[in-house]
Amino acid sequence: MHLVLFLIFGGLCVAGALNLLLQRHPINSALSLIVVMTSLAVLYLLLGAEFLAAAQVIVYSGAIMVLFTFVIMLLNAGKEERTHGSKAAYIVGFPGAAALLGILTYIFLKQSDHLGSAKLGGYLVTTSDLSRVLFRDLLLPFEVTSVLILVAILGAVALARREH
Amino acid sequence: MVVPIAYYLVLSAILFSIGVAAFLIKRNIISIFMSIELMLNAVNLTFVAFAHQWHQVSGQIFVFFVMVVAAAEAAVGLAIIIAIFRTRNTLDVDHVDLMKL
Repeated sequence: MHLVLFLIFGGLCVAGALNLLLQRHPINSALSLIVVMTSLAVLYLLLGAEFLAAAQVIVYSGAIMVLFTFVIMLLNAGKEERTHGSKAAYIVGFPGAAALLGILTYIFLKQSDHLGSAKLGGYLVTTSDLSRVLFRDLLLPFEVTSVLILVAILGAVALARREH
Repeated sequence: MVVPIAYYLVLSAILFSIGVAAFLIKRNIISIFMSIELMLNAVNLTFVAFAHQWHQVSGQIFVFFVMVVAAAEAAVGLAIIIAIFRTRNTLDVDHVDLMKL
């Protein structure tokens, strides 16, 4: 069951990411990124991270991607054209990314024996476990992030405002 | 039926590599920004997988903070993109080369 779910949603993740890479229109890339993020939420659930799965759907596929699609539609972004700069990126980009993937996969599969395996319902971090750490041990960093978000809001408004 | 943690790590490596490739190949500034988000998500999956492996809550806390910073970064980054589009009237990164030699 776990393996089947992992294969389905892992496959959806990879398919969405490849679609993001291959589509030339930004709105198609944004929609396929939503597929990737929602499938990742299911994978988080399989790994026993229930709060993060909910936060992934709400924050990433909800808030952030709505912001992206909103900006794409606001700026009326069209198809990207091929330029001379993209040719160099093709020559360097694909082998570089493939080499990175090869190295990482080799290391992970080599260390596979030392790593354990995930069972459905094997280890579940409930929201109360998470909040106990977050609001007791890490209260100061949590409060600092609220200041960070406040600064980000002010910065976004100041940057996007039309100057007279 | 069990799934080795290594499979999750390989999946996140695949997603991260696709993100790197998209970051290098894409010419539209919004698409480049989206590939950064893809890379962040891939690293988040690694954090959750290792949190499951070592039975540590702190890995998931780290993902929570990454999400918060990503949300702030998306808001500011998209505001900068709007400002660039307003002054230069293009979203192509090859045309935003004022500081290039």
